[in-house]
Amino acid sequence: MDEQATPTTYRLYLMVCAGTGCVSNHSFEIRTALETEIRKHGLEKEVSVVPTGCNGFCERGPILVVQPGDIFYQQLTVKDIPHLVEEHFLKGRPVAKLMYSPPAAKAPIPVLNDIPFFKKQVLIALRNRGLIDPEKIDEAIARGGYKALVKALTEMSPEKIISEVTLSGLRGRGGAGFPTGLKWQLVRNAISANGGRKYVVCNGDEGDPGAFMDRSILEADPHAVIEGMTIGAKAIGATEGFIYVRNEYPLAVERLGVALRQARDYGLLGADILGTGFDFDIQIKRGAGAFVCGEETALLASIEGRLGEPRPRPPYPAQSGLWGKPTCINNVETWANVPPIISRGSKWYSGIGTPTSKGTKVFSLVGKINNTGLVEVPMGITLREIIYDIGGGIPNGKAFKAVQTGGPSGGCIPKDQIDLPIDYESLSAAGSMMGSGGMVIMDEDTCMVDVARYFLSFTHDESCGKCTPCREGTKAMLDILTRITEGKGTEDDLPLLEELAQTIKDTALCGLGKTAPNPVLTTLRYFREEYEAHIRQKKCPARVCRQLNVYTIDPQICVEKGRGCDVCRRNCSSEAITGRKNEAHAVIQSKCIKCGVCYDVCAFGAVKVD
Amino acid sequence: MPKLTIDDLEKIREEAEREMKVREGGACRAKINVHMGTCGIAAGARGIMAALMKEKGSRGLDDVLLTSSGCAGLCSQEPMITVEMAGQAPVKYVNLTEAKVREIFEKHVQGGVIVSAYALGIGSERTEP
Repeated sequence: MDEQATPTTYRLYLMVCAGTGCVSNHSFEIRTALETEIRKHGLEKEVSVVPTGCNGFCERGPILVVQPGDIFYQQLTVKDIPHLVEEHFLKGRPVAKLMYSPPAAKAPIPVLNDIPFFKKQVLIALRNRGLIDPEKIDEAIARGGYKALVKALTEMSPEKIISEVTLSGLRGRGGAGFPTGLKWQLVRNAISANGGRKYVVCNGDEGDPGAFMDRSILEADPHAVIEGMTIGAKAIGATEGFIYVRNEYPLAVERLGVALRQARDYGLLGADILGTGFDFDIQIKRGAGAFVCGEETALLASIEGRLGEPRPRPPYPAQSGLWGKPTCINNVETWANVPPIISRGSKWYSGIGTPTSKGTKVFSLVGKINNTGLVEVPMGITLREIIYDIGGGIPNGKAFKAVQTGGPSGGCIPKDQIDLPIDYESLSAAGSMMGSGGMVIMDEDTCMVDVARYFLSFTHDESCGKCTPCREGTKAMLDILTRITEGKGTEDDLPLLEELAQTIKDTALCGLGKTAPNPVLTTLRYFREEYEAHIRQKKCPARVCRQLNVYTIDPQICVEKGRGCDVCRRNCSSEAITGRKNEAHAVIQSKCIKCGVCYDVCAFGAVKVD
Repeated sequence: MPKLTIDDLEKIREEAEREMKVREGGACRAKINVHMGTCGIAAGARGIMAALMKEKGSRGLDDVLLTSSGCAGLCSQEPMITVEMAGQAPVKYVNLTEAKVREIFEKHVQGGVIVSAYALGIGSERTEP
């Protein structure tokens, strides 16, 4: 470079960054403009333009450093140059507005994987979450989609696929935790009468309150499920598959439809997939939102166009499923786990988790928790890690009380078991279950009797009514629980609840009924004293059951702090408050309907609840 | 469309992989990913997407790629976007409003300076497969 060969002859050196970053930000144009302007002002003997290597400060490019003086100009545009050359290099007045000023002690931005919410998560089923456009199959393919399918179709026999899934230790993610490989083997071995047809089905009838794992997978990465099902179809020998998804999930239904069309267009579904001679296609069946249709036999009946009611098992769907043919039914999350197991092998997968529960589980974290959301964690992680590290703890400084896992079929786990590791066995031992993955966090303000009543009212509503224990039993239990929350409970109620619960568990036809008493049984096991307080003292310790509350007004606070503001009296719909402005107010207990409005509107804390 | 062979699938994979990477000196300066699961949409992601499209149009930045994806996991902090400048690590922004994304568009996408006040974190999640 000529300029650098004769450095002493110049007054100013203009170091123009010619690193890749600045060049893509047009630093060459800046250089040309500088040289033009310098010539225009006759400064070419005094000022030299020097291209330099990357300055390292690419985010502020294009960059110009003036020497001597180290004056740092940033983010220059060609139209800044005439002004800059005239002001600074001709008249000697540096242009402040083009200079870099370091940002005032801005908060550093953490690295995503250092944020506790993300740090402890291991993404397998959710591997593509937030990364791909679910309506573009190419993006799924770019992230490794359909790689496992190619392997399964070209390199693996059905037996090999099944043994890989068996060795991986994958268990059903819909809740019961049946070993997936074993299920596949049973369907493969089953003999299909008249024609040998078999089916694969995806259970996307997610209905637990507060659960949205399946919805999220279908919305974010539908190809994961399609690929998993196609691999499963090859393993068991099916040519047709169904995805049963709730119609209340319009986005999931839509994206699934787009994904199926795109897969079909590419020949990843249909006849002779990828030229391997394997035929398979999938249809969507939309469910109308009956909770019981998540039960496999009811779901299959619904696909066939019959009333969505369960039937006794055996025969299990593996023997006699859709239209009496052997049918392999797995949950959305289970199917989404299949491609990585085939791609990376059973050994990798079984290296994650505990001896009996392998891999990861997706949970939806809801209720009284700071980080509401969807998390995927390795099996064996403790509830404490999920609630406090990932979930960020309980809002408003409240104390953690219990967590409901497994939805209305599961149970409450109290705070003294917060170090319980998450796996199928330990959750069952605690009286709850893995379930499909809803996790409802409750704080100290939650009444456990009210929670049990809520879940019972849900299962009672959703009971299909086919069998008596579930239809009548849940109603009887709900009536007792409602009575207790209204202060009308008796000492006989608790043994009666337990007897009913055990009878329903033993005699109900399907999983809905068999598990419906679980929330009552676990709250009785861990929070019996709360039931007793409702029955004996007619008190709700959490102050949730309003019929048991007594509202009073502290006359001193009312006058001294609130100057008898009268807001409570004006808001009382039953005219149960007496008093005038500037005077103490009082509640007439005989008129009070316990609505709690006075307590909510008093700005001075004068209204007391006991 | 003719059915793919296994070789075709690999070609698509390579090509799409290349296209999804926002490379320095590549065709686009930035990719903005709006997280549009049900949670994001319920929190206002459609308005965020519309605001970004408007910003892109009015500033004439044809080299900014707008795309959408599903839930990123942290539903309580939706709406959420991920901004990936060419050759740089992606940045996740949370709890957005239309005014905030306009500011992010101006300062980060156009100006190259991360708006730390709205940023959750930089980089990507660890994914297993």
